[in-house]
Amino acid sequence: MILHGVSFDARPGHLTAIVGPNGSGKTTLMRAITAETPFDGHVAMNGTDIASAKPWQLAAIRAVLPQATPLAFPFTVIEVVRLGLGSGISAARGHLAQQALARVGLQGYEGRMYQDLSGGEQQRAQLARVLAQVWEPVLDGQPRWLLLDEPVSSLDIGHQLIVMQIARDFADAGGGVVAVMHDLNLTAMFADRVALLAEGRMVAQGTPAGVLTDANLSCAYRCRVRVNTPPDAGTWLVPHAASV
Amino acid sequence: MVAIAGCIPGDRSDRARRLFFWLLAGLAAVAVLSVGTGASGVSVMDAAQGWLAGNLDPRDELVLMSIRLPRLALGMLIGAALAVSGAVMQGLFRNPLADPGVVGVGAGASLGAVFAIVLGGMLPAWVGQHTVSFMAFAGAGGSTLLLYRVATRSGRTSVATMLLAGIALGALAAAMVGVMTYMADDRQLRDLTFWGMGSLAGASWAKVGAAIPLILPAILLSPLLARGLNGLALGEAAAGHMGLPVQRIKLLAILAVAAATGASVAVSGGIGFIGIVVPHLLRLGSGPDHRWLLPNAAVLGAVLLCLADIVARMIVAPAELPIGIVTAILGAPVFLWILLSRKGVGAL
Repeated sequence: MILHGVSFDARPGHLTAIVGPNGSGKTTLMRAITAETPFDGHVAMNGTDIASAKPWQLAAIRAVLPQATPLAFPFTVIEVVRLGLGSGISAARGHLAQQALARVGLQGYEGRMYQDLSGGEQQRAQLARVLAQVWEPVLDGQPRWLLLDEPVSSLDIGHQLIVMQIARDFADAGGGVVAVMHDLNLTAMFADRVALLAEGRMVAQGTPAGVLTDANLSCAYRCRVRVNTPPDAGTWLVPHAASV
Repeated sequence: MVAIAGCIPGDRSDRARRLFFWLLAGLAAVAVLSVGTGASGVSVMDAAQGWLAGNLDPRDELVLMSIRLPRLALGMLIGAALAVSGAVMQGLFRNPLADPGVVGVGAGASLGAVFAIVLGGMLPAWVGQHTVSFMAFAGAGGSTLLLYRVATRSGRTSVATMLLAGIALGALAAAMVGVMTYMADDRQLRDLTFWGMGSLAGASWAKVGAAIPLILPAILLSPLLARGLNGLALGEAAAGHMGLPVQRIKLLAILAVAAATGASVAVSGGIGFIGIVVPHLLRLGSGPDHRWLLPNAAVLGAVLLCLADIVARMIVAPAELPIGIVTAILGAPVFLWILLSRKGVGAL
């Protein structure tokens, strides 16, 4: 998917969700932010142009969770998480890998073979690896970033909430989170800001209440969507079966 | 650090570290066995006693210094080179079946060497004595690069494409070797026959000297690639996200494989399966972390090749089998075993 004239910004302390239908350019936008795909234009992170930054400089300020990470060799779970820590593991960092595993609910899984885990457990082990890379949300006064490409796509409801809460806590601690999301209800529950894409263009960008509206969503997803706001809290989105 | 790291379940680095020293002890034992084995019947004890007393039989001295010791040294060098280049190539391709001998890199190196033997006279004199090594290195490097370009699309290496491209490369190299054989004169034909077999029989200090400048740097510098190859296990994109200079790692890995495989083929012909068996056994024993896999592969490769050489010399004594036959008989079943137990080795 090619993006046209997309301007996107995310702030530290916020969980910013990128949403849109299949093929709208969400993953392409994420790949531009992670410098994986060539682009015309300008992407800056903490004020640094990512095109001129070295890989290790970027790795120090942001970690990326891809949609799926096939692993080539039989690593144990703890070894996978430690890959996020780089070389020269100190004692403290060794425990950091265990802390990261506990954070994603995989304590006790250290010695298991990664390949023997279920898809959801593998996804959480990868999240632990990514968390270990940017464990402190703010380092030396600089915010760090978690870039998550569909982080909850292979998880059940309970684990979706756990993972979204981890992302939420990272943002609340001063870090920045950018997540490509399919689930609009989870987006409404957890995001501070939402960018809605359709056909390679930005439809709307702003607060969930401002972006996730009947009109915006119906236009972007090409089906009738109704947004309900229950009196207690939160937002429910109800897609209608009839096409526009 | 060591004590704490060892307490964490799933952390196999202590085991890998201990294994390194056990392998070194094994190498010493195999070295003694190798020096004491051969058609002439000189035993290690006799030789050591004679040497200490200063009255070593000149004939025994000749056997030891000019035949057995260079053969041992060459066996260790080649074994280490084959195992390390196998491990590096498997890390680069993210696949446990990527062995230079299997996927056509050895064939590329052979082609380079055969070119050098048959057309060597046309090359400038300054390339002289290292022509065969250099051309084998170039052949191995060119075929690795070609294979990687063919088999890798948008950061994913397809094993099916890799193996099939390896067959094509091997066939092309065999055809070119055929052309060279047709053009060769009698003396060159004798030299060429040697490539097909893979043997340490012609070992000499001159060959050891020709192999060292390419093999030793590749083996000693390979641990510098360890972190990069560990990262590549997650894919090129993820390795880049973790801050690794992916392009530089790939280039260095290809150079290391080309140097180690090229020099091995140049001095000993095609010896297969060491590069696939050794890393596989080590991954089963102490995990795939390349920081330990690479040094352990170097030592275990040396041990296994020297053992195979002893078998090659004993089984039809006083004649000997080409060592390539021994490694193929031992290695091919292991290759099939890896294929049949794919569960533990990731996406094939």
